Amino acid sequence: MRFTTKTMLMALAGSTMLAGAATAELTGDLKIFLDTSNPAPRATMEAMIADFGELHPDLNIETTVIDREAYKTQIRNFLTADAPDVATWYAANRMTPYVSAGLFEDVSDLWAEPEIAENLASTKGAMTIDGKQWGVPYTYYQWGIYYRKDIYEELGLNEPATFEEMKSNCQAILDSGRKCYTIGTKFLWTAGGWFDYLNMRTHGFDFHMELANGDVKWTDDRVKQTFANWRELIDMGAFVDNHQNYSWQESLPFIVNGEAAAILKGNFAVAPLREAGLDDSKLDFYQFPAITEGVALAEDAPTDTFHIPANASNKENAKEFLRFVVSANVQTEINNGENLGQLPVNAGSSVDDDKFLNEGFTMLSENSPGGVAQFFDRDFPAEMAAEAMQGLQEFMVFPDNLDDILARLDKVQERVYQ
Amino acid sequence: MTNAPAVPVTSAPQRGWYKRNEIAVTPWLFLAPAILFFAFYVIWPIYQSIAISFYDWDGLGEARFVGMANYVELMDDSAFEVSLWNNLKWLLFYLLAIPGGLFIALFLNQTVTGIRIYKSLFFFPFVLSQVVVGLVFSWFYLPNEGLLNGILGLVGLGPINVLGDPTMATYGIIAAGLWPQTAYCMILYLTGLNAVDPEQIEAGRLDGAKGWKMLWYIIIPQLKPATFIAFVVTIIGALRSFDLISIMTNGGPFGQTRVLSFYMFEKALSEYGFRMGYGAAIAVVLFLIMLVFIAYFLWSMWAEEKGR
Repeated sequence: MRFTTKTMLMALAGSTMLAGAATAELTGDLKIFLDTSNPAPRATMEAMIADFGELHPDLNIETTVIDREAYKTQIRNFLTADAPDVATWYAANRMTPYVSAGLFEDVSDLWAEPEIAENLASTKGAMTIDGKQWGVPYTYYQWGIYYRKDIYEELGLNEPATFEEMKSNCQAILDSGRKCYTIGTKFLWTAGGWFDYLNMRTHGFDFHMELANGDVKWTDDRVKQTFANWRELIDMGAFVDNHQNYSWQESLPFIVNGEAAAILKGNFAVAPLREAGLDDSKLDFYQFPAITEGVALAEDAPTDTFHIPANASNKENAKEFLRFVVSANVQTEINNGENLGQLPVNAGSSVDDDKFLNEGFTMLSENSPGGVAQFFDRDFPAEMAAEAMQGLQEFMVFPDNLDDILARLDKVQERVYQ
Repeated sequence: MTNAPAVPVTSAPQRGWYKRNEIAVTPWLFLAPAILFFAFYVIWPIYQSIAISFYDWDGLGEARFVGMANYVELMDDSAFEVSLWNNLKWLLFYLLAIPGGLFIALFLNQTVTGIRIYKSLFFFPFVLSQVVVGLVFSWFYLPNEGLLNGILGLVGLGPINVLGDPTMATYGIIAAGLWPQTAYCMILYLTGLNAVDPEQIEAGRLDGAKGWKMLWYIIIPQLKPATFIAFVVTIIGALRSFDLISIMTNGGPFGQTRVLSFYMFEKALSEYGFRMGYGAAIAVVLFLIMLVFIAYFLWSMWAEEKGR
């Protein structure tokens, strides 16, 4: 639908080229399961699949879209019982349970093909477990601080570059009767974003990954240092009150109404904020400020992925579909502002001309020397993440409970990583 | 017609096996589908749950036998302890629905114009889905905009965040659950009150009973069957409390409103839950608690039957 015939042909040319000897037209079946249940991503995906179908008219494609939240629990059933040929999921540690249970197909051979090896190199690490690749990415997006430009201008504030500036800005905002940051921690993961950034800025990407891999204890003094920085913000009253009652969507009205000046979020927050009436003159973006001097800046940039279940019955068709998805033109198309509104994974693609996408792309490609993390609940093993995020929420409400929380997390850590 | 053939005397030995055992077999034939389904969908899963609780299993890969390790870990799990206490709170405070329902029923058991409308208005919350009840109450409790804090503000009391406060949140959810449950008990008592024998009331009157005495010695004893059913459904309702928690707090703040069923779901089946064995162990504990009540219910029903 959204693809023109021209891009179609280019995509066709691209995919057949990288497929090498593979014949252009596929036959048989292809069963695709998607978790892109929100209206815009759903339309994007369905259009993309329709285009793939046009390339292969004899291929019988069957697409199932499952609610994004329900998908997270259903995946283990359909991977074992009634596997599709292609399924969406997330990169990094979120793949681990299915990789170690042998439910995802090893697609290292795809990654050996020059077209993918060269253009997707930046995300290879996130797709790798035990030296093999288990799927391909199709989109990713930056995290950072989205703020009310008009409030900053009214108070004469600039985008902060250091923790000191961040705090002094915050004090000025508090003095004007607003809160600095809105957040809704009812579903816990939003607090994980704050911890990711505070920890990566205080001690760097490598330390954060050591903690994620269980090599550092939660009661370590360095982790406590991260929490001490966080506590400075909490004690100032930087976050909106009663955040434990709100989902992230319910926390957005605070920034829309000007009761809070900023939010730490992924780029997916832009769409609802724009819809609520914050145009580009009111909404702006900055990278999370540096905390410890000399620590290389690292970012969260969660990657969404396609996988081939090990029990799939049409693996060759599935591989051809993955090649199609990651090809430069398709990447440009599906990630543009009218579709997913996120960043393309293929280095040969172009980023849509959108203020936030451009800023995010520049930040990730030029100003993120420390590395790129996936996100708290994707980097940490599922069980550790669940317990830890609950502890983070408790800390944000009762900072005095910190020692108790960390001791508990140590106990969980011992069991999870054994 | 004197030569009519006699009834064949050989008929008895010719009867089939079924005919011979009809009296003994037929009840079992009628019971068979129920027994089959009960065994397959209730007994067998109970056995499976108990079996899984001895394993360390993520639901995907190989299960590893760990003996009692899951139960040992439960003993030392503060989140489990919180869930257990919350279950007890639910069991205890949910029972308030019974006296609540009784008094509303007594109040509505009169002949006034339009009483049917009042009755249906009181019954209305029970018709609502638990999800809707949960949503309505979570808006009612909202820390800034909620009606509750509006009312408290009128009488000069400070704003409270019921669902965000770990000490109050469980009680807040129970209060939400009491709303439909009281309506349920009310309807049970309303039907019960229809069956109260007017002659006994008359006799009581003659003997000078009125007010509380009349209620306690004459009415309530006659409502015993209704009370029993109200007790059963309320206990079951308390142990099934899942939807309200999921909607109103999602187990939070930081897991302080979880009950055993919710904790089991989180550990075994939720987004981050991969511990089937541990979840099964929690389920077994919940089952044992339920067993106490099931045994009591069965026993009292059996006693009732025998008393006849």
